[in-house]
Amino acid sequence: MTNVPVEGIAIPDVAHPEPQNNWRKYFSFSTDHKVIGIQYLVTSFIFFLIGGLLSMVIRAELITPQSDLIDRTLYNSMFTMHGTIMIFLWIFPSLVGLANYLVPLMIGARDMAFPRLNAAAFWMVPVFGILLMTSYFLPAGTAQAGWWSYPPVSTQNPTDSIITGEFVWLLAVAISGVSSIMGAVNFVTTIVRMRAPGMTFFRMPAYVWTVFSAQIIQLAALPALTAGAIMLLFDVAAGTAFFNPDKGGNPVLYQHFFWFYSHPAVYVMVLPIFGVFSEIFPVYSRKPLFGYRVVAVSSLLITTVSVLVWVHHMYASNTPGWMRMLFMATTMLVAVPTGIKVFAWVATIWKGKLRLDTPMLFCLGALIMFVFAGITGVMLASVPIDIHVNNTYFVVGHFHYIVYGTITMGMFAAIYHWFPKMTGRMYYEGLGKLHFILAFIGVNLNFFPMHPLGLQGMLRRVSSYEPEYAFWNVVASIGAFLLGMSTIPFILNMVGAWVQGKPAPDNPWRAIGLEWLVSSPPPVENFEELPIVVSGPYGYGKSDPLVENAAALKEGQAV
Amino acid sequence: MDSSLSTEKPDVAIAPPHAAHAHEEDHAGNSMFGFIVFLLSESVIFLSFFAGYILVKTTTPNWLPAGVSGLEVSKPAINTVVLVASSFVAYFAERALKKNNLLGFRLLWLLTMAMGIYFLVGQAIEWSELEFGFSDSVFGGMFYLLTGFHGLHVLIGVLLMGIMLAKSFVPNNYVGGHVGVDATSLFWHFVDVIWIVLFTLIYIWQ
Repeated sequence: MTNVPVEGIAIPDVAHPEPQNNWRKYFSFSTDHKVIGIQYLVTSFIFFLIGGLLSMVIRAELITPQSDLIDRTLYNSMFTMHGTIMIFLWIFPSLVGLANYLVPLMIGARDMAFPRLNAAAFWMVPVFGILLMTSYFLPAGTAQAGWWSYPPVSTQNPTDSIITGEFVWLLAVAISGVSSIMGAVNFVTTIVRMRAPGMTFFRMPAYVWTVFSAQIIQLAALPALTAGAIMLLFDVAAGTAFFNPDKGGNPVLYQHFFWFYSHPAVYVMVLPIFGVFSEIFPVYSRKPLFGYRVVAVSSLLITTVSVLVWVHHMYASNTPGWMRMLFMATTMLVAVPTGIKVFAWVATIWKGKLRLDTPMLFCLGALIMFVFAGITGVMLASVPIDIHVNNTYFVVGHFHYIVYGTITMGMFAAIYHWFPKMTGRMYYEGLGKLHFILAFIGVNLNFFPMHPLGLQGMLRRVSSYEPEYAFWNVVASIGAFLLGMSTIPFILNMVGAWVQGKPAPDNPWRAIGLEWLVSSPPPVENFEELPIVVSGPYGYGKSDPLVENAAALKEGQAV
Repeated sequence: MDSSLSTEKPDVAIAPPHAAHAHEEDHAGNSMFGFIVFLLSESVIFLSFFAGYILVKTTTPNWLPAGVSGLEVSKPAINTVVLVASSFVAYFAERALKKNNLLGFRLLWLLTMAMGIYFLVGQAIEWSELEFGFSDSVFGGMFYLLTGFHGLHVLIGVLLMGIMLAKSFVPNNYVGGHVGVDATSLFWHFVDVIWIVLFTLIYIWQ
């Protein structure tokens, strides 16, 4: 550690047995929610890089119409692992990490409700991550049935191996599920029972509302996937017939289990990013969040509707007409609470005093791409269009605008915004802007071409295609490599700034929120005295204090 | 919207500063709340299995495999009665503990455990006498999956009760309340209710 003088904030360190700048704590079974949050973020980012490398191999294969770079079996394994890693090892854990760091600070708690459970849930992530990776060393390779593992493809075992990649995949997903449920129980309990005095539900930042809504989805829907995964595991390993029609089973049943969770899972992934938008737009527009209460409640509305839409993934699975109509209507209904949010964000920015720092740029970029993905989403909800583009690159393009264009971009916005709080250092603005420009161009070059390709009929998960699809595929591949490059300035920025960045003040963005009232980084247990909250969030342009005892929150404040 | 927020100010006066610490230190309350949330989530696994069972049962042309005429109901019915009764015994054990009647708690708690074990043994005997296997048909798969997954929960319940019984011999174990016993008891009632649904679906609705 370079010895940069840090004004004032070094004093709290002395009082605590655990020094703040000890990097070893990040490799220990720490129960501090802030350490666990950063453990989640860093671990998931490493897996993000692995998943990204796989996607670049996929795009390299697709730059020519022939299947000429890698073996087709390996290609199947690549896209399966790419999807699995990005969802279960990047998006989920990184969002849980961010929530772990922020939720206790934002609601004025000293830690999560169950700190040891929290640490245990985190340490399962590297365990199942490594477990999943070891399936590369199996004789028959990794799982190859895509991230959704539909039977009968997933129950095939052509090499007659005792342990198949699919078996390891199911085991890893099961551990991931246990970790997620442990996390969800912890978050819901923390938010319901650990709020600071005066922190009523309608004084919680919108981000906390979104985490609450997302974790309720985990609790209500994830067990369905667990049930499906247990049955598939028996089909794979014990020869049972749950999804095997030869013995009376029903493969479509698995699709129901899978999507009953995996569609709501999309909201688990995107809701906290909506929360990030709701936090960041007011700060960089210097205006209160427009329609805070409605935005807060709309998250719970999304939670409710989300468990009623899953069959829209199964329009082409011999689904009866009435069911298609019903789920088309419920799916389109999701656009209402989502539209409310988009309207609120635009109204927040409208006539604001905009400050285009990196977090704001990422948020604006992500919002634009989210609206685009929302439009293609409503298109896909419509049965006639979905039947036409089912299983094509149109779907791939749509959800990559969500998972990268919205969620990953929003995650970067959050990391830049809270980086000074987490590390006590400022990141480099120039590198941040470079990252944004490369990522924004990269995402659009990479994922926009998938829409025309899909409309023209190019199927997903193929390693060779008709030559007339070549143009858009070349564009997409160039975009993918650019997108890959865009993470280099990010890594340089984060590592460089953490090691020798300018010391960050407590509140570099002049933001309003409990986390900005304590030092950067906050001490162990966050608050010297618990805050007494006296007003709602987002008091921009007003002079109401947020807490009654601002001076007593920080230890050593009197010095 | 903003003006309505500022009108909330007065309710701060209701919460005195020291309330913060009382609020924060309610670990037992947090544990119980968290456990209830967990059980609600766990029940969704069972609901999913039940939904899958109903779907497969109503759509499979030859539901019962060849040579199987149905399930014998009378012995499982006795098992059911024992399991349901054990829930009441657990309730009285908990009540004895609340009245600081430690001996009564231990005896009733042990009786609950014995009834749970009786249920498990009865199920094991039933399994050994069946003429269809786990992987023969979707019927067999569903039967063993549902009863097995439930049986696993009964086993976990018995083990938890064993731990709570052992802990009751630790001096001053109940000074901070008995959230462990309360949670185990709740878990036992949960397992019981699941069994009633399961028994109805598998044995009565044939």
